Amino acid sequence: MSVTKPLPHDAAPLHVTGQARYVDDIPAPANTVHLAFGLSEIAHGSITDMDLSAVRATPGVIAVLGPDDFDEMPDCSPSNHDEPLLATGDVQYLGQPIFLVVADSHLAARKAARLGKVTYQELPALLTIEDALDAQEWFEGGPRIYATGDAATAIDGARHVISGVLEMGGQEHFYLEGQAAMALPHEGGDVLVHSSTQHPSEIQHKVAHALHKPMNAVRVEVRRMGGGFGGKESQGNALAIACAVVATRLNRPARMRYDRDDDMMITGKRHDFRIDYRVGVDDMGRIQGIEFKQYARCGWSMDLSLPVADRAMLHSDNAYFLPHARIESYRLRTHTQSATAFRGFGGPQGVLGIERVMDHIAHYLGRDPVDVRRDNFYRNGQITPYHQTVEDFVLPEMLEELLASSDYAARRKAVVEWNAQNPVLKRGIALTPVKFGISFTLTHLNQAGALVHVYQDGSIHLNHGGTEMGQGLFQKVAQVAASAFGVPPEMVKITATDTAKVPNTSATAASSGSDLNGMAVKAACDTIRARIATHLADTHQTEPARVHFDGGKVFVGDDEMTFAQAAASAYLARVSLSSTGFYATPKLEWDRIKGRGRPFFYFAYGAAVTEVVIDTLTGENRILRTDILHDAGASLNPALDIGQIEGGYVQGAGWLTTEELVWDHKGRLRTHAPSTYKIPACSDRPEVFNVALWSKGRNVEDTIYRSKAVGEPPFMLGISALMALSDAVSACGPLYPALNAPATAEKVLKAVQKVRG
Amino acid sequence: MEIAFLLNGEQVRITDAAPTVTLLDWLRETRGLTGTKEGCAEGDCGACTVMVAHQPGTEKGAQAINACITFLPQVHGLALRTIEGISGPDGALHPIQQAMVDHHGSQCGFCTPGIVNSLVAAQIRGDRGFDRVLAGNLCRCTGYAPIIRAAESVGDDIEDIPHWLHEFPDDDLGGSLTIAPESADALADWYAANPDATLIAGATDVGLWVTKGLRELPQVCFLHRCRDLQRIEQTDAGLRIGAGVTIEELRLAMAGRFPSFAAMLARFASQQVRSTATIGGNIANGSPIGDAPPALIALNARLHLRKGDARREIALEDFFIDYGKQDREPGEFVEAVTIPDQPDRLRCYKLSKRFDQDISAVCGCFNVTVENGAVTAARIAFGGMAGTPKRASAVEAALTGQPWGAGTIAAAAQAWEADFKPMTDMRASAKYRLDAARNMLTRYYLEDMGKPVNVQEVRA
Repeated sequence: MSVTKPLPHDAAPLHVTGQARYVDDIPAPANTVHLAFGLSEIAHGSITDMDLSAVRATPGVIAVLGPDDFDEMPDCSPSNHDEPLLATGDVQYLGQPIFLVVADSHLAARKAARLGKVTYQELPALLTIEDALDAQEWFEGGPRIYATGDAATAIDGARHVISGVLEMGGQEHFYLEGQAAMALPHEGGDVLVHSSTQHPSEIQHKVAHALHKPMNAVRVEVRRMGGGFGGKESQGNALAIACAVVATRLNRPARMRYDRDDDMMITGKRHDFRIDYRVGVDDMGRIQGIEFKQYARCGWSMDLSLPVADRAMLHSDNAYFLPHARIESYRLRTHTQSATAFRGFGGPQGVLGIERVMDHIAHYLGRDPVDVRRDNFYRNGQITPYHQTVEDFVLPEMLEELLASSDYAARRKAVVEWNAQNPVLKRGIALTPVKFGISFTLTHLNQAGALVHVYQDGSIHLNHGGTEMGQGLFQKVAQVAASAFGVPPEMVKITATDTAKVPNTSATAASSGSDLNGMAVKAACDTIRARIATHLADTHQTEPARVHFDGGKVFVGDDEMTFAQAAASAYLARVSLSSTGFYATPKLEWDRIKGRGRPFFYFAYGAAVTEVVIDTLTGENRILRTDILHDAGASLNPALDIGQIEGGYVQGAGWLTTEELVWDHKGRLRTHAPSTYKIPACSDRPEVFNVALWSKGRNVEDTIYRSKAVGEPPFMLGISALMALSDAVSACGPLYPALNAPATAEKVLKAVQKVRG
Repeated sequence: MEIAFLLNGEQVRITDAAPTVTLLDWLRETRGLTGTKEGCAEGDCGACTVMVAHQPGTEKGAQAINACITFLPQVHGLALRTIEGISGPDGALHPIQQAMVDHHGSQCGFCTPGIVNSLVAAQIRGDRGFDRVLAGNLCRCTGYAPIIRAAESVGDDIEDIPHWLHEFPDDDLGGSLTIAPESADALADWYAANPDATLIAGATDVGLWVTKGLRELPQVCFLHRCRDLQRIEQTDAGLRIGAGVTIEELRLAMAGRFPSFAAMLARFASQQVRSTATIGGNIANGSPIGDAPPALIALNARLHLRKGDARREIALEDFFIDYGKQDREPGEFVEAVTIPDQPDRLRCYKLSKRFDQDISAVCGCFNVTVENGAVTAARIAFGGMAGTPKRASAVEAALTGQPWGAGTIAAAAQAWEADFKPMTDMRASAKYRLDAARNMLTRYYLEDMGKPVNVQEVRA
């Protein structure tokens, strides 16, 4: 069977030769127009005058659209109808699109977009969590609260009470391919949209809404993205809508891509959080009760902030049993970019909160943080703060394996010895686990469709609702299809995601791509295979159960034929060789207001040990070695899964170390290009980087071949890097470092100065 | 003007392009070669990386460059390869391409063409310092580990390099660049007569004026054909480095003389940028955060300026008058810089959020001479601490004549505030800059005493 094989990414030969085509690589018809937004120069206020004459006079400009050029301003929001395509009077953040330039080239559009003369009446801007808290500017009218037991009483009655504050920055996605779209006008006002999006159905929905057309008038196609990471779940809406509106108005193809600086100024990023905690523990550090206050900076519009903040709450336990817990979540509205989905979707922020607590407890009690973590682990049968029973907890066994394979105990000792001998350079080591809930918490999204054709020559055409952004989803799903028909994967043609083939898809998000689409494809393939089997059983006067598909052949009783021959035979007998497939995740039941139920089908697990060194003179630091053991269940493709783990770890470590978003006091993002915003470079990866899939991994739930989702969970393994830095700083003095993220060299030096007292 | 070059083995002549059209835009929009990607249009992400080989005889080997901030005239006379020209004429994959497939080195694939080109160029040069080679190629998916596994799996012997990459033009490609003088003399004459023109060497800074600033440059002059500005010569006064010497060439020249300077230059931007950026440009643009000037000032370098036939020589530090203001007359250009011969006491400490390919928050360069346990001379210069590259004169004075030790360093603590009042920006706060600068002197002392102070030298 081709499932479980470590096959390369299906498009790898196209990637390495430059043939892989992204939205902006699609050849455009000669009369294509190019779009660019003019952006707000203030964070909050109203537009009192907009003089666009210089924009219109720029060579190459074909049209300029302002708010007055729309009877009804199209909306770009995936949730709340609060994101006008162009600001209508009120400006809500610095970088907000306020007018749209149509030109004969990308460069001409960009040049013209800078020439708007806009006059504003400026209003005070809420930029920080504290600003918004003071103003009580929050979504949902106040905090959302999930609770179990009586946290306050349990804390007050505990032997030790520890409290603290953790601040963590946001994160720019920095997908290498920026946002891009192209719309081609079709007859009768219909439109075909190419979009770099994780969510073609949402693009279709929003474009149709903007054009006042039914969804069947809009077709959206996505072959691949040059990276997504959540940043293309909703952030592509504006470009697709703008292109579709212009294309239908001018009856000319329209294309748009954000220049990198525009991309970073306009689009949302990971939510930054402040988390206040108060925890009561016994002498061993076992948690008796805990209170979290999670403050999320959501930016100017709602976007996906509610489910992001929900997921942060749902991961405030991570791997630990919290017998009495109260989690308050504040979703704060600020005059900044609207924070959006980013790999982990709030989970990383929630996990980081409790991992800080574990680190703080261990420091307070003088215990090894690994022991404190182990003593707080869940046991199967225990209940989460949201009242789901944990039934598949495997971390105790994984932890022991990782401690042995990483040689943790000896290295911990070596770190202590090194630190005793070196006044300037200090080492630190830390282990952090992850338990990540798999399923969309908006339960109805847990569905997927597929469309499979078998042609009479035996070649297979595969389509499903998932999108390819580099994660290898298409290859995994092709392996599922190939396995179902017993053919080599080369016989399966992977095709672009297309809203005309599979409707009503969910975003490729929440790590759900292979779980959902793999099952839907398997259902479609099983249907066709059963039809072929029934047909061949008829012709061979045997039972369908005696028809087997394997090795590119079909075995019927004692007879055998190629899969192509079987397909041809079925065709001649007028048997349908096309089928849809559908899957809806079972067992889910969730009330997000009460915070009760079973939001997750299962949990994915992993753990990482990271060792670092810091320079106490400058705060500079390096990751020296990382060991990871991750549970991908029975992996559909171990090579692709390891790729997700390595990449997820480095991206997670980047979030917590070098990736710093800085806004100035006017609300202008100062880090809006790779010159100032620093994602990990090649030498930032751990020099020693041991990554393994857990050999005993097998999903206890009935997922596709018992595999587990792997897109997001490894991201949180990067938290071990921050905790290792905290450990190294702890070696410099008696006080607790309370190291905030991102732990830039500057923050590390500040923490070193702090612990020395 | 007729730009002529070899594109994937095929001769190309361009007569109708404006001189500030970028190579990337021309490749994608005019030529339809979309394998070269735009990721940032400022030379930071490497998605647009292409490979150039110089004409045979120049012995520069192959280099990766950023097409996004390369202007078309800069490739005149070169053999250029894009990702479309890396695999064989029959479609056979280059061994590096095959290794990238086999080792799962691509995920989303958008950075992959640039990474392949960087690795192919490194293979031709025989350069296996892959972290350095790839510092200018950002990948957001893989965490780089499988890319390095791929790179390490391919050899760099002559037989590992596919035959189709050995093809060079038999003779002169023809064409002519009217806006690119062929010698320093020609440049001097032309610039004296056209003092308002923009001089473009590597375009690693000026390129951004166009791609990000969206500026029109009415009159430009390209310097890359002035071979006589590209020499490094030993003179009686020291090592004379022509203004057209690239940062990469400077790095190689410094490796045996001032290894700490060379190590810092390995963190200067990226391989792609270093291959085109010049020392003259790094000095002449007057940036307070250029990395070469602090080191050169600490080495007591002399700057050679020329206008027409008139030449003058000044101490490099005197060139930097104020933020955005240099001691350079209209029509005058930087011709060379000379480093006096001296024992190597130089240590360069570059502080940035990311080790590789980042702009310095603080760059401190220390050159302290100690005889019989006492400081006899000190030259300390910083970038990122003022509006110009600047010497720490008060600190130097506090050290000079004093015993070389912790007490003297502590006693100099107040002098730092006399020397520097740094600013707070997105790279660092004023306090951090000052604290770190002060601590760098301690690092210099401890390093002098043989103590471990460099996190980059620690291994797991």
